[in-house]
Amino acid sequence: MWKKRILALIILLLGTGIVFFVFKSEPRLNKNFEKTNSFFKHSPFRLGLDLSGGSHLVYKADVSGVPSGQVSESMSALRDVIERRVNLFGVSEPVVQVQEGGFASGNDEKLIVDLPGITDVEKATAMIGQTPLLEFKTEAPKGTPQNVKVGPDGKVNLDINSQFVSSELTGRYLKKATLEFDQNTREPKVSLQFDDTGTKLFAEITKNNVGKMVAIYLDGAPISSPVVREEIPNGQAVISGSFTPVEAKQLVGRLNSGALPVPITLLSRQTIGASLGDNAINAGVKAAIAGFLLIALFLVLWYRLPGFVAVISLCIYIAIILSLFKLLPVTLTAAGIAGFIISLGIAVDANILIFERVKEELRSGRTVADSVSSGFSRAWFSIRDSNISSIITAIILFWFGTSLIKGFALTLGMGVLVSMFSAIIISKIFLAGISFFGEGKVTRFLFSSGLSK
Amino acid sequence: MFIINNKKIFIYISLVLVVFSLATLFIFPPKIGIDFKGGALTEVLYKNVRPSQIDLETSLKTTELGSVLLQPTGELGYIVKTRDLTEIEHNSLLKTLSLDGKNPLEEKSFNSIGPSVGRELTRKAIMAIILVSLGIICFIAFAFRKVSKPVSSWKYGFMAVVSLLHDVTIPIGIFAILSHYYGAEVDTLFVVAILTILGLSVSDTIVIFDRIRENLRNQAAIAKVNFNEIVGKSLEQSYVRSICTSLTVILVLLSLVFFGPVSTKYFALMLTVGMFFGTYSSIFLASPLLVWINELQQKNKK
Repeated sequence: MWKKRILALIILLLGTGIVFFVFKSEPRLNKNFEKTNSFFKHSPFRLGLDLSGGSHLVYKADVSGVPSGQVSESMSALRDVIERRVNLFGVSEPVVQVQEGGFASGNDEKLIVDLPGITDVEKATAMIGQTPLLEFKTEAPKGTPQNVKVGPDGKVNLDINSQFVSSELTGRYLKKATLEFDQNTREPKVSLQFDDTGTKLFAEITKNNVGKMVAIYLDGAPISSPVVREEIPNGQAVISGSFTPVEAKQLVGRLNSGALPVPITLLSRQTIGASLGDNAINAGVKAAIAGFLLIALFLVLWYRLPGFVAVISLCIYIAIILSLFKLLPVTLTAAGIAGFIISLGIAVDANILIFERVKEELRSGRTVADSVSSGFSRAWFSIRDSNISSIITAIILFWFGTSLIKGFALTLGMGVLVSMFSAIIISKIFLAGISFFGEGKVTRFLFSSGLSK
Repeated sequence: MFIINNKKIFIYISLVLVVFSLATLFIFPPKIGIDFKGGALTEVLYKNVRPSQIDLETSLKTTELGSVLLQPTGELGYIVKTRDLTEIEHNSLLKTLSLDGKNPLEEKSFNSIGPSVGRELTRKAIMAIILVSLGIICFIAFAFRKVSKPVSSWKYGFMAVVSLLHDVTIPIGIFAILSHYYGAEVDTLFVVAILTILGLSVSDTIVIFDRIRENLRNQAAIAKVNFNEIVGKSLEQSYVRSICTSLTVILVLLSLVFFGPVSTKYFALMLTVGMFFGTYSSIFLASPLLVWINELQQKNKK
């Protein structure tokens, strides 16, 4: 008997500890936040863009030129490049994610860039758009159909792009670019140093194309197409277009901060002002508190003593979920907060199923203690089955979701899982802990529910 | 037993509700949001005075932004709907709205979505709905595999899905009316609402089916079990908990509707309607259908 009570007490203390953590680590709730321990300081809620304000950009990456086995590799190279650029921009906690193409999201490889606090998209997109795209192309084999255009003046133009085919060598293998001046002509030129893989590729390309042209493309346009004289094994190349010194210097800067491995185009962008986000947070908190109070009122009025126990387990559930949001961390969006609030309603479902079962057992003439224990074990199957369907939905939603919707699926799914624990195990421990009751009328009344006496 | 004895009436009521919802869907086809068809949505807030809608519309006509829809919001704001905009077009729109900077404004939000994103989302949404339905049928068939007599476990799954369709159609019908009168738009959250209704309302149905399963198992020993009676008894035993579990979810949803963020208002409202009819259908539709199909089976055997 004492064992059960001590266990209940321990759970209660643990729960209080988690509540303490949630309060302590939230700058809005903790007045001495500046002075608190760094552990607490590093765990505020992570707010999504729709709550904190900022920009959300979606780019499509054109991977048609990349061999199929290397798509994911070049996408992660792309992510690194963009991440570096965004960091240069001084954004706090930018999120750059690759969304892989395929069954779920169509065949496009996408790059998602979240810039919290940046509401000037023009500046942001310009910044990302400035990332250079560097490609090396070799002469197309003879017999490749050539695009010939007849200009308005009657001249025949050969489309230069059809003369070249892409090679594997791109800006992602670039190690360093430097600005040099030709010793004779004093013309500025850009010298490139490839990394190990790039050096090998470049050596191969130059070896196979001696006497032919290799075109260097920048942002999709050829800037120079030198004729290869011999194999170049040291991984050095020189671009000597007709640059002005200023242009050459800019190009070097852009190349050094990272060249794009594949071309990207902007698909959609979204900016949310900070004031809208603040309103949404306040409304979300209000709705959560109102929802909690309504449920608590219902539980206590309808289920009496077990209802009160369910309210305590619900509090512990809230504390666990909120601290998981902080520790994992889960990015909270307006939809995510909605998911959390709905999960409050679902969390007590298991309790309701159990208590209804207990009531039934009581009616069939069992003792209070017996009814409680068989109520818990018998309700388990319907709890399990009804929660599995919610979890199936959450998983599919998570898969379906754009980043904002994923928040909803995640909070809902986590809610269902954690609530199975809190509603079944925690409330069972509590009910056992307070089972000092006898078999009096009062006890039976306290454990009954609804309109019955 | 009342519900089982009068099952045809309740099946007809549901049928009428569904037909009515489908009719509203055709009479008031809901507006499609930019999530699906692409386009741009700009929300601005004027610092001092909001220019009149007619003035802005005439000056916007001179720009090359195509058709521009202005919608006043709050006391000083406008929501501006256009096709999807490039950065340059976006700036020229802001310039026109602020009367070349003479009337200072703050841009509260801007959202531009290309048409290809919308097509992809549509495909994903349809696929997600199909997958959720399939997942639920398979899960219920699996969970009820041991009670394949007298009604096969697949039919439990199938009936659950029929009542799910009912639970989803009615909120969609109501959404169509909301869309017509209050300008709600079909967006990503709309699809999420439908999927969530699917997941939540089936768990209600499962609570009752679970009871039927248990009662069937307990009475399998008794030779002549009347399926109708078992279903009726199971309903009587479990309708209170089915209502209570939904009630708690409806309570939190209502607090989301009344106190929650603006962006999730219609979402919460749809879920509320969905939960309500989900509970209704698990009591008044799913089980009566189960009995009805059993009776049909019996007749065919004879």
